[in-house]
Amino acid sequence: MKYPFLVLLAIFSFKAGASTPEQRGLQVFRQVCSSCHSLNYVAYSDLSDLGLSVVAIKDYASQHQVADGLDDDGDPKTRPAHPSDRIGSPYPSENLARLANHGGLPPDFSRLALTQQGGTARIIQILQSYASAPEGTVLPKGSYYNLAMKHRHIAMPQPLHDGQVQYSDGTSSTIPQMSQDVGAFLEWAAHPHLHTRRKVGVFTLLYLIAMSILVFFLKKRIWKKVKN
Amino acid sequence: MTDKSQDLSRWVEKRLPIVSSFRREYVDFAMPKNLNYLWNFGAFATISLGMLLLSGIFLALNYSPTVSDAFSSIETMDRQVASGWLVRSIHMGGVSMLFAALYVHVARGLYYGSYKAPRELIWLTGLGLLLMVMITAFAGYILPWGQMSYWGATVVVNAFNTVPLIGKALTSWLMGGEGLGNAALHRIYVLHFLTAFSIIGVVALHIATLHVAGSNNPTGIDPESSDETVPFHPYYTSKDGLGLCFFLIVYAVIVFFAPDFLTLAENYVQANPLVTPQDITPEWYFAPFYAILRAVPSKLGGLILATGSIGVLFAVPWLDKSPVRSAKSRPLLRPALLMLFFSFMALGFAGMHPPAGGWLWLSRVAVFYWYLYFLILLPLQSRGETASSLGFAKEGRE
Repeated sequence: MKYPFLVLLAIFSFKAGASTPEQRGLQVFRQVCSSCHSLNYVAYSDLSDLGLSVVAIKDYASQHQVADGLDDDGDPKTRPAHPSDRIGSPYPSENLARLANHGGLPPDFSRLALTQQGGTARIIQILQSYASAPEGTVLPKGSYYNLAMKHRHIAMPQPLHDGQVQYSDGTSSTIPQMSQDVGAFLEWAAHPHLHTRRKVGVFTLLYLIAMSILVFFLKKRIWKKVKN
Repeated sequence: MTDKSQDLSRWVEKRLPIVSSFRREYVDFAMPKNLNYLWNFGAFATISLGMLLLSGIFLALNYSPTVSDAFSSIETMDRQVASGWLVRSIHMGGVSMLFAALYVHVARGLYYGSYKAPRELIWLTGLGLLLMVMITAFAGYILPWGQMSYWGATVVVNAFNTVPLIGKALTSWLMGGEGLGNAALHRIYVLHFLTAFSIIGVVALHIATLHVAGSNNPTGIDPESSDETVPFHPYYTSKDGLGLCFFLIVYAVIVFFAPDFLTLAENYVQANPLVTPQDITPEWYFAPFYAILRAVPSKLGGLILATGSIGVLFAVPWLDKSPVRSAKSRPLLRPALLMLFFSFMALGFAGMHPPAGGWLWLSRVAVFYWYLYFLILLPLQSRGETASSLGFAKEGRE
C-alpha cells in the first residue's frame, strides 16, 4: 500500500527539482546575454510566471542599481532595484551601448522572438552557427563569422560556449542546449501571460459553445411556428 | 404594491414614454420573416463596437499619449497591469471583428439593394459610420507608437501634404507642428476617443432611420401583410442571439489563441523616425484602400482615388435607378456585383504585398473595375429595368 505513494512522491519531487527550458534560458540570460542585451519591458516580478519564488526575484532585483532621482547636491542617486522595476538595459544609455559594441545596438529581448524575421527558430540557428572563418576571409571590423547570416558575418561575438553555464538542475550546458533554452525564454518574454491566455481561452470557448447549443435549440423552438 | 408600481409606471409613461417606445421598437417591431443570416451582421457590428468602447476605456486609464512613454505604457498593459493583456487583446481583436462585420454588412446592403428608397438615409448614415470607424481605427493604430504606427501615419500625412495649395499648411496645423511629435500624438489620442464615442450618436441615427422604413429583406420587396412579418422579439432576438454566439466564438479564438495573427509583429518595435521599415503594410482592413493609394503613380491621384472609392458609395442610391432592389432578381447585375466583391478582396491582398509586378497590376485592374462598376455598369444596367421587371421580381418571390 505504501509503495504507490512512494512512487508518486518520487515523481513529484523529481518534477519539483527539474527546471523548465524557460528557467534555464533565464539562467543563460542572466549570466551571458544580459551583459549586452536589455530586457526593457519585462519587470523582475514578471518572472514569477516562470515559477521563480518571491525570494529569488527579490534577490535578482537587488543585484541591480536603478536611477533614483537626484540627491540634495543635485547628483544622481541610485538604489537597488525592486521587483516592480523593469530588468532594463546593462547600459545607462543607447549611445553608451553603441559605443561598447562597435556602433551597433544589441536588440532588446522583450519582443525579439516576435519581431525577429524567422522568429525563435532563426535566433536558435544563429546562436549555433558560429564557426572559425576560412583562411583569407576578411571580416568587417567588429564582425564575427557566422554561417547563418547571408553575408557570413554578424556584429555579435560568439556568446555561448560549451559548459559556460552551470545549470542548477544539472543539465549539461552544451551550445545547442543553451540555444534552445534561450529560445524558450525569448518565446516566453515575447508572449506575456501565454498560459493564462490559453487557459482562459479554453474556458471561454467551452462556455460559448455550450451557450450556442442552448440558443440553437431555443431559436429552433421559437421559429417552429413560423416556418411556412 | 402592484397598484403603486403601476401608478409609477403610468406616471413615468406620461412624461417619458421610454418603456412603451422600447416595446414598440424592440419587442413588437414588425420584421420580415424571411431574413437570412446576413442580416445578423449589424448586430455583430454593434456588439463589437460595444466591446471596443468598453475595453478602450480601461486601456485609456493606463495609456500615456507621449512620444517617450506611449510604447512603454502599452508594454506595461500587456505585461504588468492585471488582466491588461486580456483587455488589450479584446480591443485589438475587436477592431478586426468590427471591420469584418461592417464590410459584410455593407456588401449585404449592396447586394439586396438596401440603399434604395425609402432607405437612402440608412445607407448614408451607415457610410458615415464606416468613415468614422475608419478614422477612429487609423488614429487608434498610431497610439501604440510602434514602427507601423509611426510609418503608417507618415504615409497618410505625406498623402495629405499633396493636397494642392493648402495641404502642407493643413497637416501642419492639424498635427500641431512639423511631423509626428508629442503634439500630434496627443491630438490623435483625443481624436481617437472623440470619434469613437461620437459613433454611438450616429449609430442611434442609423437605427432610428432604420426603424422608420423597416428592414429590407432578401427579395427586396417590402412585406405587404402581417403574414409576412414576425415581431422582433422573440424571433430576431433569438436569431441574432444564435449568430452572435458564433461571432463571439470567432472573436474569442482571435483574442485568446491568435492575437498576433491579424496584426503586424513589426509594431512591437518602438517607433524610430530614423529607420524606415522595408515594407510599410497596413492592417488588413485598410489594405484595399492602401492598394488603391499605391496603384496610382501620383500621390495626389492615389489619395483622390482612395477617398473616392468610398465617395462613390455615397452616390449609389442615385446611381442605381432601378426599382428592383435585390440582386437576386437582377440577373445582369448579380455577376457584376459579385465581381465587385472579388475586386475588393483582390485589393485587400494586393495592399498587403509590395506594389510591384503582378500585385500592382492586380490592384490597378481591381480599382479600375471598382469605378467601372459604380460609374458605368450600375447606372447603365439599371436603366433597362422598369416597373415591369419589378413585377417580374414580385412574381419570382412566389
